[in-house]
Amino acid sequence: MPELNLTSAPAHLRHGSNIGQPLTRRDGVLKAKGQATYAADNHPPGMLFAVMAVASISRGRVTSLDVTAAKRHPGVIDVMTSNHKPELAIDPEIKTNPFVFRMEVLQSNEVRYANQPIAVVIAETLEAATEGAALLAPRYETLPALVGLDAGESFVPPVVGVGNPTENHRGDVEAGLAAADKRIDAVYETPPQYHNAMEPHAIVAAWDGDSLQIDMPTQGLMLSLARVAELFGIAHDKIHIRSPFLGGGFGSKGLMAGPPVLGIMAAKLVGKPVKLVLRREQMYGPVGHRAPTRQRLRIGTDSEGRLTALDHHARTVSSTFDDFYEPAADASHTLYAAPAIRTSHDAVRVNTGTPLFMRAPGEATGSIALESAIDEMAWACGIDPLAFRLKNYAEVEPITGKPFSSKALRACYEQGAARFGWAKRPLQPRQMRDDAGLLVGWGMGTATFPALMFQAEARAVLRRDGSGAMEIGAHDMGQGAWTALAQIAADELGLDIDHVDFKAGSSDLPDAGIAGGSAHTATAGAAIHSAGAAVIAKLADFATSDERSPLFGAGNAGVIARDGRLIRRDDESRGESYAEILARAGVAEVEARGTGAPNPAAMEEYAMHAHGAVFAEVKVDPELGQVRVTRMVGAFAAGRIVNPRMVQSQLFGGMIWGLSFALHEEAITDRRTGRIMNANLGEYHIPVNADVPPLDVITVEEHDPHVNALGIKGVGEIGITGSAGAVANAVWHATGVRVRRFPIRIEELLK
Amino acid sequence: MKQFDYVRPATVSEAVAAAAQPGAVYLAAGTNLLDLMKGGVSRPDRLVDVTHLDGLDRIERLADGGIRIGALVSNADLAHDADFAKSYPAVAEALLSGASAQLRNAASVGGNLLQRTRCAYFYDTASRCNKREAGSGCDARDGENRTHAVLGWSENCIATHPSDFCVPLVALDAIVEIEGPNGRREIALDELHRLPGDTPERESALEPGDLIVAVRLPPAARGFAAHARYLKVRDRTSYAFAVVSAAAALRIENGKIMEARLALGGVAAKPWRARAAEDVLKDVAPTVDAFQEAASRALADAKPSGDNAFKIELARRIVVRALSLAAAGTPARIPALPASPFASTSGAIHA
Repeated sequence: MPELNLTSAPAHLRHGSNIGQPLTRRDGVLKAKGQATYAADNHPPGMLFAVMAVASISRGRVTSLDVTAAKRHPGVIDVMTSNHKPELAIDPEIKTNPFVFRMEVLQSNEVRYANQPIAVVIAETLEAATEGAALLAPRYETLPALVGLDAGESFVPPVVGVGNPTENHRGDVEAGLAAADKRIDAVYETPPQYHNAMEPHAIVAAWDGDSLQIDMPTQGLMLSLARVAELFGIAHDKIHIRSPFLGGGFGSKGLMAGPPVLGIMAAKLVGKPVKLVLRREQMYGPVGHRAPTRQRLRIGTDSEGRLTALDHHARTVSSTFDDFYEPAADASHTLYAAPAIRTSHDAVRVNTGTPLFMRAPGEATGSIALESAIDEMAWACGIDPLAFRLKNYAEVEPITGKPFSSKALRACYEQGAARFGWAKRPLQPRQMRDDAGLLVGWGMGTATFPALMFQAEARAVLRRDGSGAMEIGAHDMGQGAWTALAQIAADELGLDIDHVDFKAGSSDLPDAGIAGGSAHTATAGAAIHSAGAAVIAKLADFATSDERSPLFGAGNAGVIARDGRLIRRDDESRGESYAEILARAGVAEVEARGTGAPNPAAMEEYAMHAHGAVFAEVKVDPELGQVRVTRMVGAFAAGRIVNPRMVQSQLFGGMIWGLSFALHEEAITDRRTGRIMNANLGEYHIPVNADVPPLDVITVEEHDPHVNALGIKGVGEIGITGSAGAVANAVWHATGVRVRRFPIRIEELLK
Repeated sequence: MKQFDYVRPATVSEAVAAAAQPGAVYLAAGTNLLDLMKGGVSRPDRLVDVTHLDGLDRIERLADGGIRIGALVSNADLAHDADFAKSYPAVAEALLSGASAQLRNAASVGGNLLQRTRCAYFYDTASRCNKREAGSGCDARDGENRTHAVLGWSENCIATHPSDFCVPLVALDAIVEIEGPNGRREIALDELHRLPGDTPERESALEPGDLIVAVRLPPAARGFAAHARYLKVRDRTSYAFAVVSAAAALRIENGKIMEARLALGGVAAKPWRARAAEDVLKDVAPTVDAFQEAASRALADAKPSGDNAFKIELARRIVVRALSLAAAGTPARIPALPASPFASTSGAIHA
């Protein structure tokens, strides 16, 4: 891999601190030139190509594979099957911790879902491996597939999401509903969706004795490394994973899935480096997805339009062999001040790859149902949807009663509504038309996402040449970590960003935790913050304890790091450069480590969430039913904004995803076979440019002293929430037709 | 991939000879064929690359007032030919509503005519498909068939032909010029694609070795230029196949329709010429009532093949709208969102 050399072109001029500056992507030039090395761009000498054969049934057993035919094909080196494969050190069915999911790595002939890997063909060329896989011509014993939200007896899972209680309640929901002046009772359905990162899952694995070199996109370097170590029975320090760039992950590259493990096994089997890249359709199975849901919302209000009760139940699915339950109903915990709230889940098991977290897991599915229901409730009360939300504004977190660490949602509502022109919205639906006679509708939704923190470590270095380094095994999935985290590093080191050697994306760097939960900037940033402070403190020790220094006697607390110099807090004219301090101390460099972690005391005391308000305008052809979003405004409060350009981009992406959720995305599953019939980017619709209107993002100022030292809440996922509901509500406002099955399709609007 | 021969003949007759043997297929831009080969749907033994043949990439104005379009003219070049777009605006609009800019730059006229259905069960080699494998059965019939045919389908096949381009072409009586082992012949485009019946595997009137060398529009086709539109309803604004589409072309004189042409897309295994609807529009004023009558005629024989009854009502409405748009007059410029119900939205961003 070439040196990243991110700092060869100077970053934009800055004024004051680095944090808060809209720097362009420091890896942008590399990417524009095609020089950014993604995993599958690596070609170690002697590398072979592996191609998976996947099951075309969703339940049953593989009874035969024509290995002979595959091996006879020119260029094919070997065929890895359940009978011919390197043994793993542990059974892949064993869940060694809650972040381990069961995977299919040829441990048996059983087929549990469609597109499950059933063999791997290794060949000298990709073409030969592909044809070898086709020549396997698998035969099956097929069992009836379990498909859909009514596939069998439902059950109440022990937990939903990542360890959330299945049920929550506060107050008496039934009493609240009974006492209500007005009620709604509505059922919403959301389809299975697939992450569909632009970059498919890929691995290049090379063994050298018992050492293992891996190139693989991952959102969790150390979690992946630990899983590889236990599966192959090798020490952590024998494994090196490089993941400098990801072409998107969205949750599907967070944990080790089966296919990359098969790549490592294949490399071991043939004793040569092996590359394995998933075909697009192979991503619809073994690497996670968003489970479908059916959600029932029952809401009551008093005669003033104040909520008396909110009951949110979600049915979802998991696989037949593992457990992940989309925590959709939990979306109702935080937004609206109902005195009685109940959320609950149940599930059925179907023949699918195990669902997984997909950008805003639970929040996205739950939000579109909740925001639709709130819109329906506001209409039932004859109240403007924004006024209704303000009337039921939660001053404390409704489900827990905790105060919010910060909550600028009111400002989001105000600024977003003003920018959108919401005040002119007629209350009744189907009132607005444009010059061409198209129906026009305006809808809104509230956005929310928890402000999470994981654990991370960073290593900071100051060098005698006046430069610094910050090392952290952080992940850039396209969100801009190379830039935003380097900005934090520069500020914490008191250096210009061009003088900081920022290293990330490799497992030999300190553990940055996982890039997920919208928590990566906060978590890695906190580690960088404390490592920077620690190394500055060490440097200050040299100076303040040396009588030759102008800082002698200033003490740690009396010194400020700025522009590569330490200066006295009480007299900023007195100070000296890092280089001078290190030169006098006779050391080449000084280093320190720091950690970032959640603060349990603050979490106990406060509810921590980012918030936002999204306003959407749609146009609908009154006779033909085709829908187009024509305007969207999103106002978000997410604590400190490290890089406004990256944040805007993240929020754009989230809002577009929300639009996609409301109008486009759906894995169409054959009801007989459980197979997905549109497993490609031509037919699995996501918005194209012509579907996306000019987007207007407002970041509302918010200072949060509690979430973490830097006051960062995260913006990776919140943009979906609120947006999906806003679009759906705008479709209702345009047409007067309330569609409760997503995505909204033409046929529902023809009635 | 399966190993195959690749030949690049120098002349049309060499190409025809090379493609006449079993297992051979023509390769033009490959925007459809290569995907089919990668998916194992199509497994030819021999590709006969026709992209280098001379003389097939020209747009020729004929002495009789017609036009002859070489089979290798790209979709984009044809649509952006100013004279062509002015003379046959619905054809240009249809072309620009299809696929994406990148695909239109590559895809050829002849290839567009012969593109395969987008039925998911045809693409999925694990499913039964009478079109892909004769006599194997049809998994679409009771499967996910929201977008399937409502006209001309049989129990053996409910797939649709996905072309936009063919819809106005068939309305304008386009003629297909074919070079085959027995020399040159020509047929009406309306006779090129076959309805499935009992032999859905036979999709066209072409015989082995037949090469489409040109598409011709007769002189009369130009007479509709003032009142010709293509309208395409789809599940997203661009880069999606039609749920239902229609091409409408009118010749209006003194407030009366002298002649009407109407064809539907996305509803059958072929571009669906609606002659019964055309007949009721002759010598009548272009009114919504007349268009509704035409719509009802056009869909008189329609029946759902699955979860797609909505397409029949949608098709009726599209017919009425397309005829209304055509009656209102061809716009001076092709809209930024060609063929879209949102074409007239001001400030539209180009698809």
